Amino acid sequence: MTVDTTALSLPSRIDTVATAAAAVAEFVGRLGVSDEAAFGIDMAVREAVTNAVLHGNRQDDKKSVEITLKSLPDAVEISVHDEGRGFNPEEVPDPTAQENILKTSGRGIFFMRTFMDEVRWSIRPGGGTTVRMVKRR
Amino acid sequence: MAELNINERQAGDVTVLDMSGKITIGEGSVALRTAIRRLLEEGKKRILLNLAGVGYIDSSGIGELVSSYTAIGKDGGQLKLLNLTQKLRDLLTITKLLTVFDVYESEADALNSFK
Repeated sequence: MTVDTTALSLPSRIDTVATAAAAVAEFVGRLGVSDEAAFGIDMAVREAVTNAVLHGNRQDDKKSVEITLKSLPDAVEISVHDEGRGFNPEEVPDPTAQENILKTSGRGIFFMRTFMDEVRWSIRPGGGTTVRMVKRR
Repeated sequence: MAELNINERQAGDVTVLDMSGKITIGEGSVALRTAIRRLLEEGKKRILLNLAGVGYIDSSGIGELVSSYTAIGKDGGQLKLLNLTQKLRDLLTITKLLTVFDVYESEADALNSFK
């Protein structure tokens, strides 16, 4: 079985979130995944791209967000790469802890982990952070 | 078409915002924030958000709901939610916010709860 791959390079702007979501919806639509899975992928991609634009690239015009979509035999794999310095995902506070419930931010990574089957961050040797997310079919 | 459409109406001393579209980062979240700030400036502190037409919200939109809730509360007012879609209800459940917000499925019940 061949692996269907799509790659996108988008500017570090807020409207990139919607652009990326539309491209992913089109890609996922071709694969015939369930509506529930497609919803989860959409949520996770929006949050990942939001993080890349806001926290990774800090909306710097000179930096881009690279997105790779792969259709694997048993899963959909989505990678979002930014040019930021990275962070430790284990240090991100739990937004469902009592003291954080009324915070106005900090739920993006929680949603990514909730809606995808695997979420892993890595630092690229050449710089930047990649989050790789997998949704099994 | 705007990402989020907000129609304002008055039911007694409660301001109802009928919302449709998406509350997501950028335009949708900003539209909600702007509407709430304007109402508070106008002294309208009893606000009911009718979310029947909101089929999608992201973490930014949820953050904006929380921000609205706390801003109105600090101003001595009340924010309540009406007609959550299943998706929105699910998201508020997993974020443990469903127990924070006062949520109604009937507009009459929601309006009566402000009295």
